[in-house]
This record gives sequence, C-alpha cells and structure tokens, in this order.
Amino acid sequence: MSKEKYNEKGNTDMKRFLASTVAASALALMLSFSPAAAQEEKLDPNAKAGGEITITYKDDVATLDPAIGYDWQNWSMIKSLYDGLMDYEPGTTTLRPELAESYEISPDGKTFTFKLRQGVKFHNGREMTAEDVKYSLDRVTNPKTQSPGAGFFASIAGYDDVAAGKSESLSGVTVVDPSTIKIELSRPDATFLHVMAINFSHVVPKEAVEQYGADFGKNPVGTGAYKMAEWTLGQRLVFEKNPDYWRKGLPYLNKITFEIGQEPIVALLRLQKGEVDVPGDGIPPAKFQEVMGDPAQKERVVVGGQLHTGYVTMNTTMPPFDNAKVRQAVNMAINKDRIVQLINNRAVPANQPLPPSMPGYDKGFAGYAYDVDKAKALLAEAGHPDGFETELFVMNTDPNPRIAQAIQQDLAAIGIKANLQSLAQANVIAAGGDKAGAPMIWSGGMAWIADFPDPSNFYGPILGCGGAVPGGWNWAWYCNEDLDKKAAEADSIVDPAKAEERYKMWSEIYGKVMEDAPWAPVFNEQRFTMKSPRMGGADNLYVDPVHIPINYDYVYVTDVQ
Amino acid sequence: MIAYLGRRLIQSALILLGVSIITFALLYLLPADPVRQIAGRSATPETVENIRRQLGLDQPFFVQYWRYLMNLLSGDLGRSYIQRSEVTELIVSRLPASLLLMLGAIACEVVIGITMGLVAAVRRGSKTDQALMVGSFIGVSAPQFVVGLLLLYVFAVRLGWFPIGGYGTWRHMVLPSLTLGILGAGWYSRMMRSSMIDVLRQDYIRTARAKGLARGTILFRHALPNAILPVIAMIGIDVGIFMGGIVVVESVFGWPGIGQLAWQAIQRVDIPIIMGVTLVSACAIVLGNLLADIVAPFVDPRIKLR
Repeated sequence: MSKEKYNEKGNTDMKRFLASTVAASALALMLSFSPAAAQEEKLDPNAKAGGEITITYKDDVATLDPAIGYDWQNWSMIKSLYDGLMDYEPGTTTLRPELAESYEISPDGKTFTFKLRQGVKFHNGREMTAEDVKYSLDRVTNPKTQSPGAGFFASIAGYDDVAAGKSESLSGVTVVDPSTIKIELSRPDATFLHVMAINFSHVVPKEAVEQYGADFGKNPVGTGAYKMAEWTLGQRLVFEKNPDYWRKGLPYLNKITFEIGQEPIVALLRLQKGEVDVPGDGIPPAKFQEVMGDPAQKERVVVGGQLHTGYVTMNTTMPPFDNAKVRQAVNMAINKDRIVQLINNRAVPANQPLPPSMPGYDKGFAGYAYDVDKAKALLAEAGHPDGFETELFVMNTDPNPRIAQAIQQDLAAIGIKANLQSLAQANVIAAGGDKAGAPMIWSGGMAWIADFPDPSNFYGPILGCGGAVPGGWNWAWYCNEDLDKKAAEADSIVDPAKAEERYKMWSEIYGKVMEDAPWAPVFNEQRFTMKSPRMGGADNLYVDPVHIPINYDYVYVTDVQ
Repeated sequence: MIAYLGRRLIQSALILLGVSIITFALLYLLPADPVRQIAGRSATPETVENIRRQLGLDQPFFVQYWRYLMNLLSGDLGRSYIQRSEVTELIVSRLPASLLLMLGAIACEVVIGITMGLVAAVRRGSKTDQALMVGSFIGVSAPQFVVGLLLLYVFAVRLGWFPIGGYGTWRHMVLPSLTLGILGAGWYSRMMRSSMIDVLRQDYIRTARAKGLARGTILFRHALPNAILPVIAMIGIDVGIFMGGIVVVESVFGWPGIGQLAWQAIQRVDIPIIMGVTLVSACAIVLGNLLADIVAPFVDPRIKLR
C-alpha cells in the first residue's frame, strides 16, 4: 500500500517551513548557476561516527527500487540508498541540489539544466554520469516499469509518447555532456525541482537494473549514504555505511538493522528494554496515553507536524449533496474539537484543505465554525427541514470507525441519519472512485499526505476535474473548471519574485473550494516518534518532513567510543 | 492400500483445483481494484489502464484463471503485485518458520492436552478435574491475540525468561508455540478426558483391574493407547486450524512465516500472494488429513483403509 495508509508523514515547525520554502523557491528560480561552495556539508559538531542502531517495522519492505517503492517503510530507506538531482536540507523542506552541483532555469521556466557533481560513485564502483540520469527518467516513465510515480513527470516534453508506449525515451531529456543534463518541459512547472527531489527520480545504474531485472528492488545499487549488506526476506535488512559516499563525513552510523514483522506494541516494549532504537511505526494508539503520562517515556518522544489533512468528502453529484447549502451545513455540524480529543490530541482541528505547515495555508481563514442551529437553518433553507438519510463510508481500522461514529452523532443532531459503511481500505477507495459509490467518506487511513511541500499537491487529483473520473481520488466528484484554470495559471508562475503571489493564488483557490464545500476538513494529524536514550541528532531529524519516518543519514548514537 | 492412496490423491488434486477456482473467483469479485493499489494515488487513469493491460487484468475471468492455472501447473505462482518478487520465493523463504511454529504448537497441545485430560479423567469429579476443565475452557475460548500479548508481557517483559518476539533460537519458539497450541490443548484435554473415562469403563480394564495389575500399568499400557486414538486423528485436522492461528500468532510475535505474509497481502489486495498462500495452506490441510487417515490403521488395527 502506498503511504496514505499511515498518516504520519511529517513536518517541522511552521515558521521555519514558511521561511525556508520561500528561500527555496527563490533559490530554485535563480537564473544562473548557483555556487557549489554553498552546498558544503555542515557536520554536527556533537556527532560521533560509528555504532549501529535497530529500527523495527510491522510490514514487509516491499521493494527498494526507487521507481516503484511508495510505502511507509521503504520511503526513507530508498532516500538513504540512492540520491536524486535535488534534495532537502535535513529535517526541513528547504530544497537544495544533491547529485546536481548547480542548475539553471531558462527565463520561460521550461528548460532546466543541471550540472552534475563530479566523482560520485554507485555502490558498484562506477562513476555516475548524465547518461544515468536520463536512463533513470526514461525508466520511471516507461509503462513497463509500472511506477506509481510516473504521473509526477507529466510536464517533461515527450512524456505522453513514453506513457503511451510509443517511445522508449523522453524527447525532452538531453545529455549535453557527461556532467550536464538538460530537461525541457512541455509547460512551465513551478513544482519541477520538487519532482527532481522525489524518490521516483532517483538515479540508478543501467547495468545493475539489467543484471537483476525484476529483482532490482531486492538488490539495490545507488549512490546513497548506505548500501545494502543483507536482506533476509520477512525478517531483517541490514544497511552498511557507504565508505565512498560523496558527502564526506557522512553517514555517522556504521550499520542500521531493520527488523521486520514487529507489532508496534511489541516494538515499544523492546524499546523500553533497550533492544530497539526507533519503532518505525511510531507509538501505537493503545499505548499513547501511557507513554505521554510517564515523564521518562515522554522525554523521548519527538512531535512534529505533517503535511496531512483528514476530511469528509461529500459527493457533489449525488442529491442531496448536490446542494452547496447541505454541504455547508455538514461543515457546521461537525464538532472537530471533540474528534481531536477522541484521538488523544494527536491532531489539530482543520478548517481548510491545506495543512498549516503548507505554503498557501490561509491563517486568517475563518471556515465554518461549529454551529448546530445555523446548520439546521441551512438544511431547512435547502429544503430538508427534517434532515435525510445517507451513508458514511469509513475504513475499518481504529480509530476511524470511532471518528465516524462521532461524525454520525454530530450529523444526527441536525437531523441527518448517516448509516456507517465500515469497510477495508481497498473497498472504500473503490467506492470513492465510483460516481454512484459513496455519498460521504471519512478519509481517515487513506487521507491525502503531500508528496512534496507545495500547495498544488493538494489540488489536482483530489479536488480538480482531472481526479473526478472513475477510479480517481476526487471522491467529492467536485469539478470547478474556473478553479482548474486558476490552478494551471498559478503553477505556470515561475518568476522567483512572484512566489508569494503564487501562494496567494493558491490560498484563494482553496478559499473558493471551501465556499462550495465539497469537503468538511476535520483535522491535521501530528506525528509522534519515539527514540532510545542513546540516539543523537537534532529532533527534527526524527520527524523529518521528507525522509519519513527518520533521516538515517544524519542521526547518530552517543554511546560510541 | 495403493488403490486407496491413488484415489485419495486424485481427490486431493480435485479439492485443490476447487480451492483455486473459488479463491480466484472471490478475489476477482472483490470490490477493490488491485491495479489502483499498484498504481498509487498519483497515477493518471491512463497509467492505471496501462498497468491493468500489462497484468492481463483487463481479460475476462476465465482467461485470467486459465492463464493462472497454466502457470501454476508449471510451478509458477507469479509475481507479487506490491513486492514485485516471485511469490514462490516469498513463500519458500517463509515456510520453514511456519512449519517450525506448527511443530512447536503440536508438541505443546499434545503434551499439555493429554496430561490435563488424563489427570482430569483419573480424578473425575474432583476439584482438580473441575479446575482443569475450567482451564481448558479458557484455553479454547481465549482470543489468541490476547493470549499472545499476555504471555509476552508476563514471561518476556516482566520476567525476562524469553525474548520479546523475533525468530532464531529455541527460546524464541516457546511463547508463540504455546500461544498457537493453547487452543488445541484445550480441545485435547476435553477429548482426552471423555475418551479416557469411556475406556476406563470398558470390560477389559475391569478385567485388568481384577487381575490385580498396578494402577500405572492399567492406565499407560492398557487405557492410554486406546484413549489417545481420537486425539491422534485430530492432529492432522489441526493443521487447518493452525493455518488460521498463525496469521494472528505470527503477527503478534514477529514470526517470519506465511501467516504474516498472508495478512500483509490481504491488506494490500496482493492477489498473487493471497492465492499462493491459500493454495499452500490448502495443500497442507489436505496432506494433514491424508496423513491422519494413513496413520490411523497403524495406531488402531480396527480401522481398515478402503
């Protein structure tokens, strides 16, 4: 399953995030090569090199192929085994060049030229070149690869031919010389540098992919900080430090052992005994209050925001939800504070689609306050003074049925009788993608988590007309063509001076969305990670917004000699 | 005997064929789309259709099933949709752990169940008998998830006698085997008790007693071999019960067996793995039953295979 299963993708504090994203956008849009000296690595003066740690996960690691891996366990592992042209400052969402040493963007925002770092070697000893970058992009977009991330590259010229199987190679990607690669887009794309930082664009060596074929994901070869030493299926993976890693002095750890198949509750018990350093699946809900109530344990918990929103969708094509007043009434009827309490305050109430740490989030937006009387009045205006009967779909794992029950009670207070349909994840997703499938869905367990920190990432597939298709993710079947146009306009703004203007346009788009109220946003989840007392490194590495759940390249242990 | 075996093997093959059709049909009818699980939420509808075509999931049911069956007959269980590895490799790498766990569980249930049943039968009506039967009742009815966590908490976390989950040494094996075996132990003790009481009422036991044989000799030489028969017949059937239990027990203890694999595959609608594990389990159950039937005449000469 992809990452949406676990709503734990995270982020650091909002101020830093906002500042850094603006800086990143400005950096991104500098129209000249940025100086390589600026990317010198700052090592943590307290860090000690050496030692090893143990991380646990409940579910198997599916694959370590960066073109395919898209789940909670392998996301950060892949980031430590491979590198992309771009990356983020550790623990933040500030973009920085990685395998690229510098880059240049044409004034029309459609041509990106990356100068590659020299002397970067794959784990097999061969030096990485621009040919590898091109190969990797051709590979991820080729339908034969079956990459869940292929759609991210749609703005590259020639994508449509490759996606349709008419071509094996992206016409927009050109190897200028062994250390320079030029990527031309079919339209200006303000998010393209983020796309070059996402796992799916990470660079792989052709010879290794061809050697292992479909089993490349079990035999990963990249340029990353760690290389794979052992993989016992279903039991453990061992990563070893890559001694030739191009960032000198990193990583700090010699070895990471990932133990697979460990229930979160068992992982927590083992952490308390000192056998585990980080339980990768976080603190299980059943243990949350116990941990937070014990000062010794609470001290080792790291809290961070995350780019997540939990919401109720209302099918705008299905009466009575085709009436905006009914949808607004539902927004006013839900007591979000009570729902946040219900999940032990592991979230903050939401009033708009974007989470607070996302640029474009409108701090001044009032939204629909909890008001039962007003909600009743709106329902009466819409012609349903006595309410109506409907269905609320929900994924059947805790705490989602409990949250749905709370929503059900809130709706009952204004006369709406919502019958719960508690189903497995895949079934709820299927119902949402069917136009006549589900009148209402509580998104918990499947909710949108941003793939990269940009406001556009919350629109297209889940609120745009493009997602309102059979099998799509726009479960409200909301399609506002004016807003689609505005969104396209916003994303074509590539001028660095206009980054703020672009975010403002996005705020307005989401403001308009909320006027139509296809969703009732309920809360934004927080992320809680626990670590053993011997773990060192800044707290934000443990709730890294990008290296999820933790940034293995920069953490260290304090008890090495 | 050979004719009997031949007939049973043909029957078994037919059962497996039936299981494969039914499972394949149920998964086909599942109101969830595996292609969307593979394609992820960022995929465009074209990408989704592309993947569907490549996997042949756009074909009618019988075409899909026929293709699967032909591959199956050549020993190919396909590749996992999510992990993208060979299903055979995934199952083979995990099967030894599950078999080991089942052996441990059989040992637990036989030793505990028979001992409890024997003691209860001999002390019929006493406080010991009542206590043992209440115990067996709890064993039968307690959810394995709870039993597992309880054992883990008491014996691994508090007392530190065993490791907290994992796999590798005999110490890792004790708690999961016990958890998986406790249900069977409960059944066996009840069965053993009634069977033993029944045998102890028989004339030949009275005769043995009248001859003045020692109590131990009567119990272990004359009564036990007869009383234990229904229990042995059960062991083969147990394999089927274990197949359900290992899903829970392996998850609780982080035991890298096929139960864990199945559980993860079900959550992700990873059809090739679900099919593979179901077929392997069905094989195990069929073989277990066959084995129980073949062994029966050796234990009890009154039974004849026909």
